Amino acid sequence: MLNASDLGALYLTFKVASIATLLLLLLGTPLAWWLARTRSHWKGVINAVVALPLVLPPTVLGFYLLVLMGPAGVVGKFTSSLGFGTLPFTFTGLIVASVLYSLPFVVQPLQAAFTSIGEQPLEAAATLRAGPLDTFFSVVVPLAKPGFLTAGILGFTHTVGEFGVVLMVGGNIPDRTRVVSVQIYNHVEALEYTQAHWLAGILVLFSFSVLLVLYTVLKTQPVAHPLK
Amino acid sequence: MLSGRFFRPLIAAWLVSLAPTLSAATTLAAVASDFTKPMNEIAIEFQKATGHEAKLSFGSSGKAFAQIQSGAPFDVYLSASEKYPLELEKSGHAVPDSHFIYAIGKLVLWSATPDYVDGQGEILKTGTFKHIALADPSHAPYGVVAEQVMESLGVLDKLRPLFVMGENISQTYQFVSTGNAELGFVGLAQVIDVNSGKIGSGSGWIIPDNLHSPFRQMAVLLRTGAENPAALALVDFLKSPTALAIIEKYGFGLPK
Amino acid sequence: MTTLLARFRLDYGDFKLDVDLKLPGTGITVLFGHSGSGKTTLLRCIAGLQHAPQGLLEINGQRWQDSEHGLFLPTYKRPLGYVFQEANLFPHLTVRGNLHYGLKRIKQNSGTVKLEQAVELLGIGHLLERLPGNLSGGERQRVAIARALALNPDILLMDEPLASLDFKRKQEILPFLSRLHQQLDIPVLYVTHSQQEVAQLADTLVIMEDGRALASGPLAETQSRLDVPLAQEREAATVWQVSVTEHETDYHLTRVEFAGGSLSLPAVDTTVGTALRVQIYARDVSIALEAPTATSILNVLPATVTGIADGRDSQSIIRLQVGDQALLAHITRKSALLLGLQIGMAVYVQIKGTSLLN
Repeated sequence: MLNASDLGALYLTFKVASIATLLLLLLGTPLAWWLARTRSHWKGVINAVVALPLVLPPTVLGFYLLVLMGPAGVVGKFTSSLGFGTLPFTFTGLIVASVLYSLPFVVQPLQAAFTSIGEQPLEAAATLRAGPLDTFFSVVVPLAKPGFLTAGILGFTHTVGEFGVVLMVGGNIPDRTRVVSVQIYNHVEALEYTQAHWLAGILVLFSFSVLLVLYTVLKTQPVAHPLK
Repeated sequence: MLSGRFFRPLIAAWLVSLAPTLSAATTLAAVASDFTKPMNEIAIEFQKATGHEAKLSFGSSGKAFAQIQSGAPFDVYLSASEKYPLELEKSGHAVPDSHFIYAIGKLVLWSATPDYVDGQGEILKTGTFKHIALADPSHAPYGVVAEQVMESLGVLDKLRPLFVMGENISQTYQFVSTGNAELGFVGLAQVIDVNSGKIGSGSGWIIPDNLHSPFRQMAVLLRTGAENPAALALVDFLKSPTALAIIEKYGFGLPK
Repeated sequence: MTTLLARFRLDYGDFKLDVDLKLPGTGITVLFGHSGSGKTTLLRCIAGLQHAPQGLLEINGQRWQDSEHGLFLPTYKRPLGYVFQEANLFPHLTVRGNLHYGLKRIKQNSGTVKLEQAVELLGIGHLLERLPGNLSGGERQRVAIARALALNPDILLMDEPLASLDFKRKQEILPFLSRLHQQLDIPVLYVTHSQQEVAQLADTLVIMEDGRALASGPLAETQSRLDVPLAQEREAATVWQVSVTEHETDYHLTRVEFAGGSLSLPAVDTTVGTALRVQIYARDVSIALEAPTATSILNVLPATVTGIADGRDSQSIIRLQVGDQALLAHITRKSALLLGLQIGMAVYVQIKGTSLLN
């Protein structure tokens, strides 16, 4: 059923998705917080940019990342000048691409959760001697917990399922950038349908279970509601 | 609301555009993506010569193969390999014994950097590049041939860790053209300058045929097209001197 | 005596705030006004929840804001307690968690003592393990007050703490607030649009209108000011703070004294020395030039006319001084003319009825 390279792809996929999700939460949280709170004119622009991966075909996004991160691209020149070389075909490049691609899936639920918390609990915390950072961790994070879970799960599953971008940026290198979705595609292209079915089955089962948890179990949890 | 005044010329224009197709037929062909440029030109000549229209769907040969097996309404299939058309004849999706070689693929070791690739391919033995791009040999014909070339030169095992693999030959070309891979194996049609017949930009080595098995690209008439006069005409037209000239111009070899 | 100095100016176009107040550092100061009068904005500026571009704020000699010197202490660095209109408890914490939230963040040890006192004072000891979602509106508001008090703040700010409650809940909380009043040694700034709350709680009254402070001063003084719409109202009244001096049990009466005199009230079941609030409606006060010898009215007091103004419907509004207390009387304009009332005249007031507020 599964050969060594299938297992390698599975392992790589979960490694990429885990690291990407962690980074997405680290980056997405302040970004979503800013978007939820700001009155800046830039809010609309940044919102649109964050949502772009939802509309752009993954291969298009992948192509432009390839150009940007390549030796002639702005990002590529920057990373090269720092001594990191260029990012395409590397694990780091894969992570960068995944983070960009899944960004709206993390930022949007967080932003919605932060917005629904409103001003009141923050003001209450301020009158109780809690500084901004303190307030964030002691009030915002617990109240936005369902938002964080949704963001984490969507970010993770979406990264697991991504294909077009990783194919483009990753270069399909076994054990380094060849994730499960690419591996399934390879099997299909090579007419190895049984192998493809096995891997696809695992992917579907996994994603379904995770989403099932998201939509059934988490639904029963208290969600942030306006304070009374 | 659109007024009738606005509508009437539109309808007239539509009727006019419909007129030639009423007398002629239309055929839908699935075409390997490496053959995009010549096929577009062939389709224009085809319409001029026969009045029939050829609609073209470009993509990876493997994808088209799977689609045809699942009942996609293609009449003619121009594959980048011999494997898929023969398979389709066997499975009954294609008209028996309708297959023919329409072009011979030519492989180039190419780099976007001028003077990077030498005329003998010595760089494969001596180069200090970090990545070499090729189409994925597990399903792309260009990848299979590229591996054979490296094997013939005795550098396959040395170079394998440097592989970055494109899903198809177009993606492979993008890896190299953006400079992310220093060099790679692409199709001659992708880099040829049709006016001079030479490699247009960067540097490249057109790989001699003796370094790999013949790279024959095979077409086949599909069951759905068996009764379509336009499909039959297209199959014939691909063997015509007009078509062969175009095929050669884009850097493909001609069937013997 | 410590004082609170608050000078703010802000301009949102359709709303302006422009106040310059000096308030006592003890007791309850009520900021009274209609919605849109700027009373809540003023409170929020004092708390630092809103940043008035021009402002000077000093409490107990400590500067919290001084825009001329670029000083603006963020809310969380101001030693205050704040009670919101809607209790604003943290829904993810139990009552205990809410009470300890602020306590954990201050560096003094007297905190737990204050917390125990606050829990006791507001009667919420039995609610400690509950989540705010399971509390009634009144219970939530009591927890919110205790949460603010537990911090042992230098000043307590309350923004219409009863406004979101129904009549029954209001009656449930008012006694707690009155007790607060007697037991608390910190100044309280209390925002409301309810005259009942003013009468029951205020020591000092600030009347807000259109972003300005129309009048401010001791309660009865301000209530009786003739240049303020309050005196014109049909329900116009003055509230006196009195204390019980003796019970005349035979007559079912209680004698109380105020600054500069004494009154008889219907019997009040309380001990001598108890502080009470007595509300005297302007329509219940009549005026005589000489001490009436034969009258059924018990409370006849010497007074001085300190102001005369026209009221509505052929009424005159007379402002009087009784002892050290200000008093308001609504009489007919005809009576005022017949009596020939003038500022500075010595008269007698007859108080037909009083109502006890606590």
